Amino acid sequence: MIVLSSDNMRILKELDMVVFRNRLKEFAVKIGMGLVNQTKLITAASELSRNMLRYAGGGTVLIEIVNGPQRQNGVRVTFSDNGPGIPNIEQAMKDGFSTGKSLGLGLPGAKRLVSDFDIKSTVGKGTTITIIKWKNG
Amino acid sequence: MDKIPILKIGHFLMVAIQVDLYDRLALNLEADLVQAVSKTGARGVLIDISAVSIVDSFMGRILGNIAGMSKVLDADTVIVGMQPAVAITLVELGLPLKGVQTALNVEKGMELLQQKLQITGEEESEE
Amino acid sequence: MKLDTAKILQKRKKQILELWMKNQLVDFSLREDLMSNDELTVQSEELVDVLLQTLSGNNLEDLQASSLEAVHEVLEGISISRAKQGYSPRETGMFVFSLKDALLSILAQEIKNDPVQLLDESLKVSKLIDSLGIITFETFIKGREEVILRQTDEITEISTPVIRVWDGIVAMPIIGTLDSSRTQVVMENLLQEIVDTSSSIAILDISGVPAVDSLVAQHLIKTVSATRLMGAECIISGIRPEIAQTVVHLGIDLSGIVTKASLASALRHAYALLQLEVKKVVAK
Ligand SMILES: Nc1ncnc2c1ncn2[C@@H]1O[C@H](COP(=O)(O)OP(=O)(O)O)[C@@H](O)[C@H]1O
Ligand SMILES: [Mg+2]
Repeated sequence: MIVLSSDNMRILKELDMVVFRNRLKEFAVKIGMGLVNQTKLITAASELSRNMLRYAGGGTVLIEIVNGPQRQNGVRVTFSDNGPGIPNIEQAMKDGFSTGKSLGLGLPGAKRLVSDFDIKSTVGKGTTITIIKWKNG
Repeated sequence: MDKIPILKIGHFLMVAIQVDLYDRLALNLEADLVQAVSKTGARGVLIDISAVSIVDSFMGRILGNIAGMSKVLDADTVIVGMQPAVAITLVELGLPLKGVQTALNVEKGMELLQQKLQITGEEESEE
Repeated sequence: MKLDTAKILQKRKKQILELWMKNQLVDFSLREDLMSNDELTVQSEELVDVLLQTLSGNNLEDLQASSLEAVHEVLEGISISRAKQGYSPRETGMFVFSLKDALLSILAQEIKNDPVQLLDESLKVSKLIDSLGIITFETFIKGREEVILRQTDEITEISTPVIRVWDGIVAMPIIGTLDSSRTQVVMENLLQEIVDTSSSIAILDISGVPAVDSLVAQHLIKTVSATRLMGAECIISGIRPEIAQTVVHLGIDLSGIVTKASLASALRHAYALLQLEVKKVVAK
């Protein structure tokens, strides 16, 4: 996969999420992503950045425009934190599972909204989640 | 800090969300609205989200909370003007907003609230 | 002494081109309806030019050599454009393979005194053209796939029309299978139309959908849910008896959805919701 352009941001407080979502929209618009796919991408990103803030006290996001296998452009976002990590990923990915007394839809919902979802987490070290949304997918 | 204005129209309260909501702002709106329903004895709450481009599970939960809390205070809640892209995304996210009524626009939302009031036959009995 | 095949061929470029053109023109499958002889000459000349320019002893030995990239590029361009113009694979293949004949006859003329050398060099040239042939087919197929993709897009676009049935009622007949990408288009068009016409009722007619399995049902349920989030009601009509049977057999729960057998009964339901009445005028 070829990276065409990228940007790095820190998410340390709630207002950073707003700035991040706007920046992400710029990237999606730049590759001509349709409104529905943009909305799905930004909603997923909103869930994942909130998780970073809530459960890991913040982290960084990397936004990239990538060119995929079928020569299709897409937006890739990587969320990295040095928080407590997720002990049971399978459980965390289930609809309704939450340790934060919320809806438990963030992780599974985000996965449904994007084309590609990858999660890696080590207890005590942190969590890295990478999502890709293809322009037409 | 930013505050979202709440308007009183007859028996109803109306809120038009015109800004990008961040979590604190949404939580404040929830608290303010419930306060206002209680203080004014409003029978309906209308929330216009036509300018909102993102509703995630947090925001969705707040909308559900507002509806639930207003119900306890005997007021119906109608969400109006949801954009198609937002509706499609919410369905995929897995958030059907159960217990929240919806209408296409402010006008239709007002009609709906008015109807509810008439069904319970209370409009005339107000002193 | 080592022979330089590349040099020999470069020297005889004019004759190679002539011979190749002759080979192509005798081929009965030549598509004059798709391309004039002039255009064919231009394409052929372009390929011979770039091939002979880049040919050297090295890349004749090593077909993966990056120096051949320029040749590949020209060839890919030609075969993509042929795929889009509607040439058959055979016709496109012949274009490249008839060049082999031309190159080999020239080689035979030039190295006629040394059969061993001739065999050796002929094999190399032959392999080179074969590898170019493979590239031609690969790109040809890619070109065709692009055509298919474009057509699929067009079909999805035109096969989801939204009809304004009445003030406040829109209907969308779905024809063909309902997969997830199609569902997305259906939803987008339907919801946008609901906003544009501020209709509070949408009818989704599935008489044209060949089969309803649990996946299709899930897509229908999603569409209904999204419509309701917008504040409109969605009725599914055109449920054929077979579909009703499979729905029950598969244990699909459609209880949260208003379903009607025909578009007419869906309309009747819609009129009732809007408190409208359709009456026969009694002649006085
Ligand atoms: N970045 C993270 N670091 C640590 N734990 C996380 C992180 N993201 C998610 N989790 C865990 O996964 C659970 C599920 O997350 P999610 O699906 O977003 O639902 P919710 O946020 O409503 O709890 C969370 O309750 C939390 O325990
Ligand atoms: Mg979450």
